Order: sequence, then structure tokens, then C-alpha cells
Amino acid sequence: MTSELDIFVGNTTLIDEDVYRLWLDGYSVSDAVALRVRSGILEQTGATAAVLQSDTMDHYRTFHMLERLLHAPPKLLHQLIFQIPPSRQALLIERYYAFDEAFVREVLGKKLSKGTKKDLDDISTKTGITLKSCRRQFDNFKRVFKVVEEMRGSLVDNIQQHFLLSDRLARDYAAIVFFANNRFETGKKKLQYLSFGDFAFCAELMIQNWTLGAVDSQVDDMDMDLDKEFLQDLKELKVLVADKDLLDLHKSLVCTALRGKLGVFSEMEANFKNLSRGLVNVAAKLTHNKDVRDLFVDLVEKFVEPCRSDHWPLNDVRLFLNQYSASVHSLDGFRPRYRHLDQGSGSPGPLRLEFR
Amino acid sequence: MPGKLKVKIVAGRHLPVMDRASDLTDAFVEVKFGNTTFKTDVYLKSLNPQWNSEWFKFEVDDEDLQDEPLQITVLDHDTYSANDAIGKVYIDIDPLLYSEAATVISGWFPIYDTIHGIRGEINVVVKVDLFNDLNRFRQSSCGVKFFCTTSIPKCYRAVIIHGFVEELVVNEDPEYQWIDRIRTPRASNEARQRLISLMSGELQRKIGLKVLEMRGNAVVGYLQCFDLEGESGLVVRAIGTACTLDKLSSPAAFLPACNSPSKEMKEIPFNEDPNPNTHSSGPSTPLKNQTYSFSPSKSYSRQSSSSDTDLSLTPKTGMGSGSAGKEGGPFKALLRQQTQSALEQREFPFFTLTAFPPGFLVHVGGVVSARSVKLLDRIHNPDEPETRDAWWAEIRQEIKSHAKALGCHAVVGYSESTSICEEVCILSASGTAAVLNPRFLQDGTVEGCLEQRLEENLPAGCGFCHIPYDELNMPFPAHLTYCNNCRKQKVPDVLFTTIDLPVDATVIGKGCLIQARLCRLKKKAQAEANATAISNLLPFMEYEVHTQLMNKLKLKAMNALFGLRIQITVGENMLMGLASATGVYLAALPTPGGIQIAGKTPNDGSYEQHISHMQKKINDTIAKNKELYEINPPEISEEIIGSPIPEPRQRSRLLRSQSESSDEVTELDLSHGKKDAFVLEIDDTDAMEDVHSLLTDVPPPSGFYSCNTEIMPGINNWTSEIQMFTSVRVIRLSSLNLTNQALNKNFNDLCENLLKSLYFKLRSMIPCCLCHVNFTVSLPEDELIQVTVTAVAITFDKNQALQTTKTHAEKLLQRASTDNEELLQFPLELCSDSLPSHPFPPAKEHLESASSNSGIPAAQRATSVDYSSFADRCSSWIELIKLKAQTIRRGSIKTTVTVEKASPMGEGNFRNRSAPPCANSTVGVVKMTPLSFIPGAKITKYLGIINMFFIRETTSLREEGGVSGFLHAFIAEVFAMVRAHVAALGGNAVVSYIMKQCVFMENPNKNQAQCLINVSGDAVVFVRESELEVVSTPQPAASCQPSCTGGEVTT
Repeated sequence: MTSELDIFVGNTTLIDEDVYRLWLDGYSVSDAVALRVRSGILEQTGATAAVLQSDTMDHYRTFHMLERLLHAPPKLLHQLIFQIPPSRQALLIERYYAFDEAFVREVLGKKLSKGTKKDLDDISTKTGITLKSCRRQFDNFKRVFKVVEEMRGSLVDNIQQHFLLSDRLARDYAAIVFFANNRFETGKKKLQYLSFGDFAFCAELMIQNWTLGAVDSQVDDMDMDLDKEFLQDLKELKVLVADKDLLDLHKSLVCTALRGKLGVFSEMEANFKNLSRGLVNVAAKLTHNKDVRDLFVDLVEKFVEPCRSDHWPLNDVRLFLNQYSASVHSLDGFRPRYRHLDQGSGSPGPLRLEFR
Repeated sequence: MPGKLKVKIVAGRHLPVMDRASDLTDAFVEVKFGNTTFKTDVYLKSLNPQWNSEWFKFEVDDEDLQDEPLQITVLDHDTYSANDAIGKVYIDIDPLLYSEAATVISGWFPIYDTIHGIRGEINVVVKVDLFNDLNRFRQSSCGVKFFCTTSIPKCYRAVIIHGFVEELVVNEDPEYQWIDRIRTPRASNEARQRLISLMSGELQRKIGLKVLEMRGNAVVGYLQCFDLEGESGLVVRAIGTACTLDKLSSPAAFLPACNSPSKEMKEIPFNEDPNPNTHSSGPSTPLKNQTYSFSPSKSYSRQSSSSDTDLSLTPKTGMGSGSAGKEGGPFKALLRQQTQSALEQREFPFFTLTAFPPGFLVHVGGVVSARSVKLLDRIHNPDEPETRDAWWAEIRQEIKSHAKALGCHAVVGYSESTSICEEVCILSASGTAAVLNPRFLQDGTVEGCLEQRLEENLPAGCGFCHIPYDELNMPFPAHLTYCNNCRKQKVPDVLFTTIDLPVDATVIGKGCLIQARLCRLKKKAQAEANATAISNLLPFMEYEVHTQLMNKLKLKAMNALFGLRIQITVGENMLMGLASATGVYLAALPTPGGIQIAGKTPNDGSYEQHISHMQKKINDTIAKNKELYEINPPEISEEIIGSPIPEPRQRSRLLRSQSESSDEVTELDLSHGKKDAFVLEIDDTDAMEDVHSLLTDVPPPSGFYSCNTEIMPGINNWTSEIQMFTSVRVIRLSSLNLTNQALNKNFNDLCENLLKSLYFKLRSMIPCCLCHVNFTVSLPEDELIQVTVTAVAITFDKNQALQTTKTHAEKLLQRASTDNEELLQFPLELCSDSLPSHPFPPAKEHLESASSNSGIPAAQRATSVDYSSFADRCSSWIELIKLKAQTIRRGSIKTTVTVEKASPMGEGNFRNRSAPPCANSTVGVVKMTPLSFIPGAKITKYLGIINMFFIRETTSLREEGGVSGFLHAFIAEVFAMVRAHVAALGGNAVVSYIMKQCVFMENPNKNQAQCLINVSGDAVVFVRESELEVVSTPQPAASCQPSCTGGEVTT
């Protein structure tokens, strides 16, 4: 006696969260059944392995049919084939677009191309995430990227509108898309200590302050591409380190303001020139795409590492950077048009980087 | 030109990509009705076209309106080649043809293609302007309402229940026409879908005409089936119960649509046809000589006295089990002479209803069934479907005679079915023989002197158990005792019925699903030999199924079966029998005895030990089941049982006495009250197997109950969560040389595993009950067995689960669409009669039972009988009214207490947090249930019948996920299409949903599969009780209370 056909169709589509997770994690039916058996479900319910097998198959089939709709979540809302309560729909979408920290760190900043897709094997081996799951996550990134790539308006809003993700997840995707678009290098060994959250934090601030959208909200790609004009303007910061007088003035302003407030004051005072040069050089180089990609590497090398070697406490870094950028305004020749600089160039990135 | 159909095509969405080059589609729409076709403009390059067409107007006869479906085809425009079809939508516009139902059909319909499935959706608006047609000779029957529900629909009141209507139409099956060789599968499928849609429309119209002839205005319990007879054609047949329904005035003004002016409580003037049998034109034609009829109209009723004695059982196996094979019972003339009941004049006093207004059902005799094996022959002239008509007429005649043998004048819970394999067809009909209260049936004038013969003061919930037949002239051996409830009338020891548990029945404990499963191998044979072989096997199958049912019932310590449905399926090399029913413990019936095992070789020690071991196991199981189902009947003191009961034996045979010997009768009388065990004799391995299989049935896990009736006896506090589902399994039998036993085991395992799977899948709903569990078996190929299950899981509140049976009965009363206005007409009637009611007229029972059982011309007795029975009736009514008055009061309290559980659909917490734009889905939730009600809600409007037929075919089976993937997707699509149609009608639920057919064929070698599904149900609008209360509270309590309690307390 063999089962040829075995199906269960509910008027309200049954979604088993545990099985959904197993499916998303890329387990085969037999692996999923084995894992479910191990979870002790048989003892709890008095079911047999055959029942479990049939149940798992059913759910997998349902998910397989739903997957097509999950690729365009608004379709899931409007489709008529599966009657799913809204809360469940949201759960399906949210979980489908959720990603693994380990995976996203591997592909963050990489071009979402076929080439990268070929590397998924290695990523799977490295992270222990099944290849199937890697593919899904990669395809999700790519799909979101493709849809919002050439769209107007806020990146987060666009993602939310087209993929119906929660605010949190939409922000994460915005960061992923932003990184992929600008190809920031995040995979270097030096950067390994940074989490996706750290990068996402940076991405959000950069989107707010460094992109076209920060200047004009009516252009294509506004949140994706860095504002070229702004990057060009950053070159002018060179004067801060090139002009000896300006450098000294800047230093004295910062030191006066921070005297007695910093635990590492003497180290700061000694290192000010180096630190300032490091920051300004990183900023000034951003007109070259290659250097944009290396932004995080450079920041870590030129700023974070010197601070770390002197054992700067986090709060001191924050105070220093705030004062560093605030003091610039008192310098001759710096007009308010460098508003980006206020929050942008210095403080967020390194601060967050140091924070780890 | 009595109707104008108007159609507007608004928009499409999610269309498939038809042009690979642009990844877009140039779509346009063809709208066809009858022979007229309109086209929209081509909407270029879009997957979401906005046609926003003008109104397409069709001027048509109402006959066409009823028959024809509106056909909408979506196509992709192609400049250089033929336009490609994307898919179709068939819309049945029948619901627009009666005034109270839907007024407009408007919404998104899935675009369906028989090869690709659903491909996007289309937004359509349909309206009908009907002109009044005064032509009395019309062929249409617009305005007759159809309901699948097998009880009086919730917001209606039955003025008259006219009776049985049937019709069948035949045609050639397009799949078997010569043209099929040259056309595409798609064209063939579409021809078939369209034909069946047309035939359904025609059938419904013809039935409607019969109803109009009977002066009815509705068909309740409408069941339409189609028989795919292959080469010999396609038969679409339907049965139903014609009624005159009256819309109940809605208590609240929140829904203007159902706010018909409040009806007075007076009886609606009766205006029926004095000669009601004019309706059944079809079967009344004399039998024609037709095809081979094997053992024509031979009854294979479950149990016959002869087989019982053969097996040396005690002579008191199940009564009610059936018609006992006595053709044309001897009691034919008995009751009939007394009664003027209009039933008598009807050709077939059958009712497809399974639940009845209170007081309708007087007595229940037992299950009657008939089967007949026929050889199919090509239908030569589709316009004269006489052969098929004659076949069914034969079967119905037989059912009628069985009912008569049981002393009953009517058959309720009646249904018909077929099983076809190649050219052999088994026709089956079954129902429950019953005595009905004629008040609902016909002329109110005769009512006064009608029989209520055995009726006492009708203590709640036992009247229907009392035997309708003469205990001295019993149609089959049964074991009678005095009713445990009223102690005045005789009841059988076991009662089998096909109906739902009557609302007023007193039940102890909970019920459970009981199934008997059986396979029999048969030799492959051709035509006549095959039919003969099947005919020969049938009686044995019936007998075994019945024995199994009886054993399992005893094992559950229960004494009655409701909703019994026995399905015999014929295949190439085997016959399958599957009986499902809901077992309950009726308080009125005696406590069932246990099962006693008797060995055959008592001298063998080890054997003896084995037997006693087995006996112990059985006893343990019974005890366990008693606990599980909470069956603790009150102990009956021996004195009551042993009290001298006046035996009307002196009056014995006055009529033609039949075969039963008098000593048998004596024996019966002597043995009453004792709880004799049911003896199972183990004389061979077969019997051993049987006992084993008895014990292998696993009870559902805790928190689960199951039944195949509308509601679970003993559970009454339903909460609002429901989940309807369909599950299909096909197994392939491994070995070619199977034995009966192995086959039985396979089949048994299949069913058990299926149930286990269901329990597992629905575990999150615990505590819950699977209601209306409907198993269908088919044998699509040699070694394949297909089982299809449709049921609904309903959650209930465990905390209130332990309510007394009393409130249970009350609640049930209300559930059954108790029309309280109707109750009020009793007192009026009684007053006008000015008849002082004697609650307990002395000694009337003897008189009554005596006289009613005999046609003795004893004048003095006759008068007294009439009097007593009438007084009797009055008093019983008073009792009933009292009871219901209480019910009403309690019911209304209950309603206010009812707390609506948060609907699972309404939870938007997640969304609130995430709050993405356009979160609101445009898709409304449509509930589906095989039940006639929705727990925790009140049905406010019936929008019309849903009757849909779909074919799906694939030539890329593997790519679609194999057979499971294919069928899974198809069933999901069918659900979606049903929901879309209901939503377009303005409804939010389908009740009495049934999947009547699911024919699945595969050819894995060719990577092909095909499936046909036929579903039906009633589209309704329901309102949650919680919402209802908010609206209805400001209403003056006095006026709205009685009429609104009925539906409200369903939770």
C-alpha cells in the first residue's frame, strides 16, 4: 500500500509557523520531518511519523505555491486563491524576507549579480546556512534592489510599499540596497568585528545626509546614490590639514573646549594632527569610486584604530568628534553650506564603528 | 422579452504575460450570453487592464436567463495570429432572478482556464431587469428559491412542506463525441463545463416549474448530482423538497434588505393543489421495458430476519436498521385508512430534509434503503430520459414500500446516489421511515382529525423514538422495551436513522463518529456477468456493514445512529462499502448491553483463555468509551422496569399476520428491560479479524470530537472559529493477489490514518469538533482507492462544555430555526377549539395504540380514540409551548452573556506595528461550511444557490508538483472561485457547502492528469452575534425577542 496522493486544503490556509521556518531554512521534507520528530511533537500529540510526513509535505506544497506570491507581496494581499488572515499574511511576508545576520554580512556591499550568486555555495559552507536558504535570501536582496532601484521617493517608503515589510525590516533592506548600490567593502578582515546593525546604522545616516535625496526629493535614485556635488565639496576640507594655521586654530579650539572633559585628553592633544589628517583625507578621496568602496576600511584604519590603540572610551570619542566638527564652523572660510559635514563626515561612522 | 441582462467589464488584474517579447498582454474581453456576444476594446500592453466598458445589454427570455450561464472570456489580442484565450468566467445569474436574493453581482472573479488554472482576475458587474410576465404557460420558474440546506433555512418559516420533487436530464458527454478526437483538450473541457452548466440550469428550471405547480415557492434540501456514464452519456439529476416558505421579519432594522413587513401570526391561507401528485410527472409514467435490470428493485436492506437467525444471534439485533426485505408490507392499509393525510396521495412521500421544525417528526421507524444494479446503455434520445427515470422510479417505489412495512407513511432524510464503473451502475437510495405531523404538509383543514396516534403528552425528546409499527406485527425481529423517558410507549433497543438528531431529543453524554468499512474482491467480468456478480455480493456487504456498525455502536456504549450514510462503490475488481454515522446515547432507549464473545471450541483451554482475554479487552474498551463520551445514564430502579405493564396482547393479530411466529413475540415481551449482551460468536479467523478490527479503532485525541451530523450531540457552546477543509488521499494497493482481509486492513488503515492526519493538522483548534465529516470513496482504477473527506472543524468553549442535557436540548431547539412566531399560533388554535386539555387522559394509551394499530370497525372505540388523541395532541402542544417559552427566556439571557471571541481574521496587531502603506486587503473573508449555520453568528439573508462545476487538466503533471501538487492547487482554486462568487453576490459565507464530486484521473506515463469537481452550497450574509446585539439592543424587547432568539443562540 503506497500513498499516491495525499492532500489537505483548508478554506483558511493552514500555516504552521514551525514548518514555515524549516522550509525557509531550506530543509528538505525528510530533514524537516526528522527535525520535527526531534522536537518531541510526536509525544505531545500522539501522532505517528507517517502523519508528520504527510503534514510536512502538505505545508511544503502550500509554501511552494505561496512563494510565487511572496515575490510580490501586494499580490499576496489581493490574490483570491489562498484565504489567509491579514496577520498571517504579514507573518508570511516578514519571515520570508527575514535574513540571517551571518549571510547578510557575507554579501553586504557586494554586487547582487550572477557572479555573487555563484559564490553562494561557499557562503553556505562557511555560514552553515543551507544553500536553499542562501539563495532565497540572495534573491530577496536582488529582487528588492531591482524593484526600488530606479524609483523616486524615499528608499524605505518604497520598499515598504512594494514589499509590505515592517518598518524595521524595510530599513534593513534600505541599508542592504544602499550598500549594494555603492559597493562598500565590508568583508575585509579588519571590518569583521562590525555587525550588520552597525552598517545599517551608518547607511541610514548616509542616506539621510549624503545622498541626492538629502538635497532634492524629486530625483530618481535619490536615496541610492551619493551626492556627487557633496563629495566634490568635501575636497575643500583638505584645507583643514593643509593650512598649518587653520590646523592649529582648529586644534586649539577643540582642545580648549574639551580640556578637563576628556579622560584621554593628552593622547588626543598629541594625536590631533594625525586624527584630523586621517578624517579629512578619507573625506577628500570620496570622489573616486574606489575610495568610496573603501570608506569603512579607511575610517577604521585612519581613525578607529589609532583611537583604539590609545584606549579611548566611547564617550570621549563622541565628545571629540562633536567638538571636532562644531569647531570647524568657527573657522574662517567655512560657511553653513557644509551642513552635511555637521553630522555626516565625521561623527556617525567612526563613532558607531568604535562603539563595537 | 421578459428580461434584460446588463453586464459591465470594469478591469482586470494579475493577468498572465501573453507576449514574451514585451512581458505584457494586450487583453480584451468577450461577453457571451446565449447566442449574443459583445466585445470590449483591446487594452494594450498591461497586466492590469482598465476596460471600464459600457453596459452590454442582452434582451432574453427568462427561460434562457435560468438555463444559460453568462460566459466571459478574456483573450490576448494578436494582430497576426489567432487571439489566445487567457481564461473564462462562468457566472450563474440565477440568484438575480428572485427578489429577495442578490440585486447585483459585482466583484473580482478569478479567470479560469482548464489547462492553466486561475490566471488573474476580472472585475465584472452584472444586473438583471425583470419584466413581469403574466403568461401562465411559461416555461420558466423564476422566483422559486433553491436551498442546499437540508433544514428550513434560518430566516424563513415553513408554511407548508409540500414534498418531493425530482428531475433528471440527459445528454451526450462531449468528451465522448467524435469531435473530441480532433479538438483540443481545452475546447473539450470547456464544452463539458458549459454543457453541465446549461443542464444544471435547465434542471433547476424544470424543478422550479414542478414547485410552482405544487404552489410552493422554494426547494429546500436541493441536491443535484451528475453521473458520468461515459460512452452512454451524461446524466444530471436532482432531488429536493418543495416548500412554501415565508420570510421571517427581521428583528432589527439594520439590514433593510431583509426587513420585510412583519407577518401576522395567523396561518397563511392554504392554497395548494387539491391533487398534489401532479407534480411527479416523470416517474409516474408506467415502467417501460428498458435495459437489463438485475434483480430489479431488490432490496438489499441491511438486515433481514433470515440472516439473523442463520447466525443464531439473539433475535433482537438492530431495529430501525431497516426495511427487512418485506416487500409491500402487510400494514399498508393500516394507518392510511384512518388518516386523510395528503401524504397518501403522493407518489413519493419523501423529504430530503434532515432537520425539521419542532413537532414535525412524530415517530421514526428506521433506515430504509434500496439498491439496484443496472447496465448502462447509450441514451438514444436525450429528450426522453425515460430509462433513467424508470430506474429511479423503481427504487423509490421500493423505498416507499419499505417505509410502509415499518408502519410509516413518509421517508425523511432521503438521498440518492450512484456508483459507476464501466458499464455497470449501482443506484442507491436511502432514507429514514417516519411518521410526520401533517400540519406542515398540506391542507390545514383536515388537520384536526389527523392521527397523532402514539403520541402521549410528548415528554420532551422521546416521542420520535416510539415505534410507529405494530409491535405484534413487527416487520423484523426487534427488541422492544418501554421508553425510558415516558415509560408509556415502546421503543426499540437500537435506532438507526439518516437524519440529524432531532432538536428536542434527550441525549446523554456526547456523540461520536462511527464508521464501518468493508472491501470485497470480485472477479473482473463483462457486462451481464459483472452485474450479476455485483448483485450477488451486495446483500452480503450490506449485512456485514450493518454488523460492523452495530458492534462499534455497542462498543461505544451507545444506542442510536444519526446521519447514517452507506456508500457502496463499485470498481473493476472490488466493491467497497463505507458507512458513516454519528452514534449517540438516547435517554429514551434502553442501555445497550455489552458485547459477549462466545468461542466455538470451549474445551480448548488456551483458546478459552484467549477468548476471556479478548472479552476483558472489549469490556475495558466499553468502560473507557463510556467515560470518554460521558455516558452516565441515570440508574433506573428495577421496580419501574419491572412494573406490570398492561400488554395489549389480547388484541393480537387482527390483520393478516405475517411470517413471524407468535412465540417469537412472546419471547420479545419477556425479555424486555433486561440488558442482554450482544453475542459475537468467534467461529473462524474471519470473526477473529472482525473483533480485532473493532478494537483497533483509535479514539480521537483528547480535545477532539467528531461526528457526521450537523452538530455534535452534547456540545453546545460553539465559539466562532471554523475551518472547513477537503482532504483527498489515493493509495495504490501493492500486490495483485489481494485477499479480502488484506484489502479490509488497507482500507481501514487508509481511513484511520486520514482521520489521524486531520486531528494532527487541526490540533491548534483544540478543543474542537469535526462536524459533518463526509467521506467519499471511489475506485478510479484497478488498484487505486481514493478517499475524499470534507468536514468543518469548529472550536468550542471547554469550560461550558459540561452543561446539563436539559439546556442542551433547549439550545438545540433554537438552533433548528425555531420560529417563535409559529409557536404562538398554537395557543391561538387551542383557544379557538375551546377544548379543555386533559393533560393525562386516563388509559388512553391502550385505547389509542390499540385502535391505531388495527382497522377494527369497533365504533365505540373509534370515537374515544379520536377524542383522546386529539386532547392528547393539545396537551402535548401545551407542553411544547411551555418548554419553548422557557427556552425563549433563557435564550435571550444567553445571548447577552455570549462573548464574541476575537475573530482570528481581525487581529491586526502585527500590522499596526509595521504599518506599511496599502495594508488593507481588498479581499473580504468568505467562510465556508458544510453546516447550515455559522456558530456565533446569525444568517440574515440567503443570496442564492452556488452550484459550480470545474474541470482541470494538465499535460505537465510533474512540473506542477505531481498528482498531489496538481490536485492541491485545483481544490484551492475551486474554493477561491466559490468564495469569489459569494463575495460578488454580496455574501460573506457559504453554508451547506458540499463537494458532490471529485473525479480524479491520472496518467503518469503521459505526464497527464484530469480532475472534475462539482460543488454546491448556499451563499448567505451573516452578522456576528456581537454586532447584532449592539444594533438590536435599542429595539423594544417585547417585539423583537421571540423572533430573534432562534438564530442567535447558536454559539
